[in-house]
Amino acid sequence: MRLDKTELILLGVAVVLAASGLIAPQWLVFLLTMALAKAMVVQGVVMQMRAGLVTFGQGLYFCIGGYAVGMSGHFAGISDLPTLLLIGVAAAVALAMILGLLMTRYREIFFAMLSLAFSMILYGMLVKSPALGSTDGFNVKAWTLFGWSPAAGQAPLALFVIIVAVSAVLGVLLHRYGRSSAGAMCEAIRENEVRVEYLGQSPRWVLYMNYVAAAAVSALGGGFMALSAGHIDPEMAYWITSGEFVFIALLGGTAHVAAPIIAAVLFAVVRTYAIELVPHSWQMILGITLLAIIVFLPKGLWSLFSGQARKAKAVEAKA
Amino acid sequence: MLSVYAVLIDGAIYASWLFLVAAGLTVIYGVMRILNMAHGSFYAIGAYAAASLVGWYFNNGVGPVWVGYLMMLGCALAAGLVVGLLIERGLLRFMYGRDEVLMVIITYALLLILEDAMKMIWGVNPYFAYQPYAEMGRSVLAGLKVSNYDLMLVGVSLVLGFGLWLWLERTHQGKVLRAVIHDREVALAMGVNVRRVFTLVFVLGTVLGTLAGALTAPAISVAPGIGVEIIVLAFAVVVIGGMGSIEGAALGALLVGLSRAAAVHYAPQFELFVIYGVMALVLAVRPQGLFGRVLARKI
Amino acid sequence: MNNYKNSVPHYRKALPLALAIATAGLTTAFTGAAMAAENGKFRIGVVTFLSGPAAGPFGEPSANAAKVLVEALNKGKLPAPYDKLGINGAEIEMVIIDEAGGAAKQVEEFRNLVQRQKVDAVVGYISSGDCLAIAPVAEELGAMTVFYDCGTSQLFSEDKTPQFVFRTSLDAAVDNIGAARYLAKTRPDAVRVGGIQQNYAWGQDSWNDFVLSMAQVMPKSQVVESQMPKVFQGQYGAEISALSVKRPEIIHSSFWGGDMEALVLQANSRGLLEDATAVLTCGESALARYKDQAPNGMIIGGRGPFGAFAPQNPLNNWFTEAYQSAYKAAPTYPASKMAQAILGLKFAAENAKAEPGKVPAPIEIAKAFKGATFESVSGTVQMARAGGHQAMQGIAYGEYHYDKASKQGSVQNVIAFAGECVTPPDGTSAHDWIKAGFPGAQCN
Repeated sequence: MRLDKTELILLGVAVVLAASGLIAPQWLVFLLTMALAKAMVVQGVVMQMRAGLVTFGQGLYFCIGGYAVGMSGHFAGISDLPTLLLIGVAAAVALAMILGLLMTRYREIFFAMLSLAFSMILYGMLVKSPALGSTDGFNVKAWTLFGWSPAAGQAPLALFVIIVAVSAVLGVLLHRYGRSSAGAMCEAIRENEVRVEYLGQSPRWVLYMNYVAAAAVSALGGGFMALSAGHIDPEMAYWITSGEFVFIALLGGTAHVAAPIIAAVLFAVVRTYAIELVPHSWQMILGITLLAIIVFLPKGLWSLFSGQARKAKAVEAKA
Repeated sequence: MLSVYAVLIDGAIYASWLFLVAAGLTVIYGVMRILNMAHGSFYAIGAYAAASLVGWYFNNGVGPVWVGYLMMLGCALAAGLVVGLLIERGLLRFMYGRDEVLMVIITYALLLILEDAMKMIWGVNPYFAYQPYAEMGRSVLAGLKVSNYDLMLVGVSLVLGFGLWLWLERTHQGKVLRAVIHDREVALAMGVNVRRVFTLVFVLGTVLGTLAGALTAPAISVAPGIGVEIIVLAFAVVVIGGMGSIEGAALGALLVGLSRAAAVHYAPQFELFVIYGVMALVLAVRPQGLFGRVLARKI
Repeated sequence: MNNYKNSVPHYRKALPLALAIATAGLTTAFTGAAMAAENGKFRIGVVTFLSGPAAGPFGEPSANAAKVLVEALNKGKLPAPYDKLGINGAEIEMVIIDEAGGAAKQVEEFRNLVQRQKVDAVVGYISSGDCLAIAPVAEELGAMTVFYDCGTSQLFSEDKTPQFVFRTSLDAAVDNIGAARYLAKTRPDAVRVGGIQQNYAWGQDSWNDFVLSMAQVMPKSQVVESQMPKVFQGQYGAEISALSVKRPEIIHSSFWGGDMEALVLQANSRGLLEDATAVLTCGESALARYKDQAPNGMIIGGRGPFGAFAPQNPLNNWFTEAYQSAYKAAPTYPASKMAQAILGLKFAAENAKAEPGKVPAPIEIAKAFKGATFESVSGTVQMARAGGHQAMQGIAYGEYHYDKASKQGSVQNVIAFAGECVTPPDGTSAHDWIKAGFPGAQCN
């Protein structure tokens, strides 16, 4: 496998990040773990956004991933981390393969609202399940890795290293997916679906595969969230959670695989300091930040880094 | 038999409330193609304005009761005008032409900001301005005790819906509006001042939102978060009816209202799913909603 | 997309820049942490709802109570036995955090409180889901944590060998056992029982506990209707109709906050509360707000001997007056509960045998807290359940009464039940205890 420069940088950063986990304060390690888990769900949102579809229900797969991990630990006694995550992904893929048949018929706001409806139906079902703790949810059992269980107090750090590694590999895969013909097709569908059909391609099939893949990625994020927070509740499927993912996706922009990750980390940092410094109006700070980014950086944070934006600014300055 | 009547009465009352809440949302979407998340905040602002003013009026003055009702309408109108103009002139007009999704997120940011702004103005303590609701008393319909205030809401909602429909279908201004709904660019080419239409429609939508809030305020306890709770409800009604259609919103509200009332009486355990179930079902059969138009696909 | 090829090299340049900025951002965060070092003060993290629907009825009175209490403690103004300055002579510093946003976020913020803000103890949490999620983290981090309001029965059956986690509020089962007992004493002939709860864990658990208790203490009663509307719905027209149609004599509800006020208003003006007696387990929190919109004789509770049910003692008299003069309103039950949690913490820290003026280690505070008996605004509190980590207190119910002349609401016909009468013994879940007919209960 030959890696291009972006991929090498991604992997290099991952190694540095994992190493710095050893010296960083524990709260920061935890915050980054949660942010990386969320970033995976955001990757799923961005994958669909690249195809022109905005989902207000990605929380559905986030929640499925989380609950599959939690329930396998609770009821089946499984504690092996890769097995747990795989169960979560498998559950999400199975559901996405069924729902995808319906979802791919819809575009624009109808896609958004239908995805929201499905995630809210799951929310309602979980609220109605006293065996799963209803809205209180339940605590997730401690995990092991191939029979090794981290020492007391070391689990957050170990999980951080794992999630950094998985994020990096996922980043490389998504980067390749974005540049593959399927990825290019998604962008073509966003630009003009009818022309894609004229080329003899089936947009529905491409969107279907993309939908299922996005569900799998999001479920992975849900699984990691369950393992790091140690608790899951139906809130994961609530529409506000899904809205937050769209929020982060737009914050970062869709131009690059690293954008969702940077946006998720920034979001987490802004939020935690807003909560600490202005506990009574942290939502307002979030709203103003978001508005500022949309007004000044319409392509997301990533346009700060991409040359196009700088070039455009230079042109503007000349004119 | 009593519970069949009860379902009909409860359904009608709930549907008329839903219509009030959804009308502003569908008007704004129809003309401007903005899915306005901040609609929930407009509703809450109307509710807070009415509850604080009316509460103050009844607690301090012993003036006539009807003045209280007028005050409710007046402050909804005033709040809607101010907020609507501020947001449209101060922010949104710089954003027209942006992606539809981006507009959703802009209004989401507005929602976050307005939620905290309301907290700064009115605090977190609930406002409980029950007098207009309690003063009206109750009547007995088919053996069921019903609040007159709720019956009045049904009337208001009918008048409002019919008025909006007349305005859109029978006046010159309505024709212009429909032209913009149908094709913004052609309307622009025909000499319609689309910008002015946008301002008008956004303010109208805002006023409808604050009005819904003001009319609901006396029946509930106005607390932080009431705006967020109604957003999805209003969205669902609008999507079921077909985005941007007044008749659609009315029918959607009726459908959801009756199904919910039936669920509450006969199968309370399904109450939580009803609205999403109806939405999924309608969209499965008619992907563009009940009154939605199928858009021509551009090549 | 003809510039696709062009854009690739830019990304390559962009990535290191992006990372440089991200690293810079994180470094700033890092230094921020270093500033919050220990300063000899007793730092308490207070977590309660500052936004959302729970902020008004619960969060604000709780935060206000914490402010009043901490300010007075730092000046040494409290009556004995709490007249020592601050906590153990160390000045108290308070960090308030919003509880809104769900359990996962609260876990993150809890870690931030303990590891970044270096608080010596955390007092807070209203939501049961948050308590369940926080408990294992608190044990893992060895952080002294006092839950002041959440009522889930699951807390200590999940956290079986608690060390650092304490709860000074009562198990929610107590509310509903108490409600059933109050009905048995005051409405022994009632048969038809209806219920309306918010559709989430709190409402579902409350209703289950209540129905089970009614089957024991009033075996002739029967459930005729149970409604579970969505939480924060606000409009209860259809639910009220559905209840009216079944003609219940008793209507039990665990509604709280704005939902509860809306329900009382709507049900009362539609005549439902004239035909049936409502039992509101959280009713006390809106005592001053119902005015003439609630019927006289409506049964209300305060989730323990708090708020209007708190006894007359020097501590409570002082607290009521201090709270009243600061916020122009009498403290409701969430305020009393917050005060109780902070007083318990102070009691434990001062009995931890640390030098005066020093902040004792969490493990020392926990040892002193375990099984302690301390004075509070609600009378004497025994940490007598869950191996000395769970408070045991009695519960009281009373009837709402509105005086038209003074425009004041009050509680009358109060009956208090002792802790031993309504609290399951250790090792038995509330469910099993109720089903078995309350073995070992000692009632007055």
